[in-house]
Amino acid sequence: MSEIEKYIAPEEVAEAVEALGTGGVTIVAGGTDLTPQINEGRCHYEPTLMNIQRIEELNRISLTDGEIRIGCLATVSEIWYNDIIIEHADILCQTANCFASDQIRNAATIGGNICNASPAGDMIIPLLVLGASVELASWKEGAMEIRREPLDKFFKGPGKTIRNENELLVAVIFDKPSADFIGQFRKSGPRPALEISTVTVGIGGDLKDGKLENVRVAFGAVGPTPLRGKATEVALEGQILTEDIISNAAAAAQKDASPIDDIRATTWYRNHLIAVFTEELLNNVC
Amino acid sequence: MSVKTELDFTLNGRPVNIEVPVDMTVLNLLRDALDMKGTKYACGEGECGACTIEVDGTTINSCLMMAVDLQDREVMTIEGMQTGHMLHPMQQSFVDHGAVQCGFCMPGMIVQANYLVKKNPDLTREEMKRGLEGNVCRCTGYTKVLDAVAAVVGAKG
Repeated sequence: MSEIEKYIAPEEVAEAVEALGTGGVTIVAGGTDLTPQINEGRCHYEPTLMNIQRIEELNRISLTDGEIRIGCLATVSEIWYNDIIIEHADILCQTANCFASDQIRNAATIGGNICNASPAGDMIIPLLVLGASVELASWKEGAMEIRREPLDKFFKGPGKTIRNENELLVAVIFDKPSADFIGQFRKSGPRPALEISTVTVGIGGDLKDGKLENVRVAFGAVGPTPLRGKATEVALEGQILTEDIISNAAAAAQKDASPIDDIRATTWYRNHLIAVFTEELLNNVC
Repeated sequence: MSVKTELDFTLNGRPVNIEVPVDMTVLNLLRDALDMKGTKYACGEGECGACTIEVDGTTINSCLMMAVDLQDREVMTIEGMQTGHMLHPMQQSFVDHGAVQCGFCMPGMIVQANYLVKKNPDLTREEMKRGLEGNVCRCTGYTKVLDAVAAVVGAKG
């Protein structure tokens, strides 16, 4: 049983990042993933517990110079009801609508959902469809340094990311989608509430003169990480969504996925669902 | 034993000052340290909603929130809903509609229902169902719960 020796609640990003640089820090925000993982013994506290909830600038959602920026502390509820997100990135709202329960959405942060790096992390899928990047802040020689990494390169395996221990994920950023952008999200599950996804599919692109362009596809819970569906994207890019193209895309989706058997579903069922959801979303679009 | 820290917050309108272990959850603070047993412990992992409370006007599962994060915040639990001996209209409606059987899920259910109605006084029955998804009842079923909430909305509308 690990013991916490020190508790800090910084109010500035730089303060938090400097503290992270000293090592041995557990970061807590909404607590919705951390608390059950601690209780089940799946992770343990480092000597310092750092509560980042008091850093006001980290829960802002903004649109500046064509770029939408969501601070890591924005909760799923805040994203769902944010005017910028509603107007430009409705696929995030579609996903929030399937995310856990009201009480959890009110506490769970976008930064936590990303850093927890579950293959079934719901909010990651629409962010991949939006071509998002993350900003990682660290403390170097007395100042804060920020690197930006594409979200589709962020995940390394279940619970594993390229974030170093001394880095804080401060924001997720994506270009404001064009006026032609359409985005669709679909999640499996017998009920929408509190369901850990069996399969999630997100598809987005610019629909111009019946053709889908700049296509991005993302799948959840069908591989060790949330993933981009590259073969599906190739099958769809620049195409008019005819019946043939849609069934090609559904076949490609099965190639992109590498699901496993687990307590929630079999490999066979996940492969089936991924094709069905891909077809369904594409039929919604055209 | 983990290190302790001093905590100041408002609980049902009254200031609280207490020293808490930094790894304590809000639910354990309420039930064990403050002896406020209205808020219930059931699943302990955010699945059932029995521990629902309001923090700064928003509902959360108190079993998942760290007590230290209550610093300077305003908390309302089921004990804070009634006025003197008068039940809150939402509580009274649950009684009137027989929505309560064993009662264990009720504090969380009532706090969440009250929050939903405050947020949207024109709540539809479908919206009630979605809003109460995070509250599990294992004995009455949900029909009478929805009737109770609907009556409060109707009374307001």
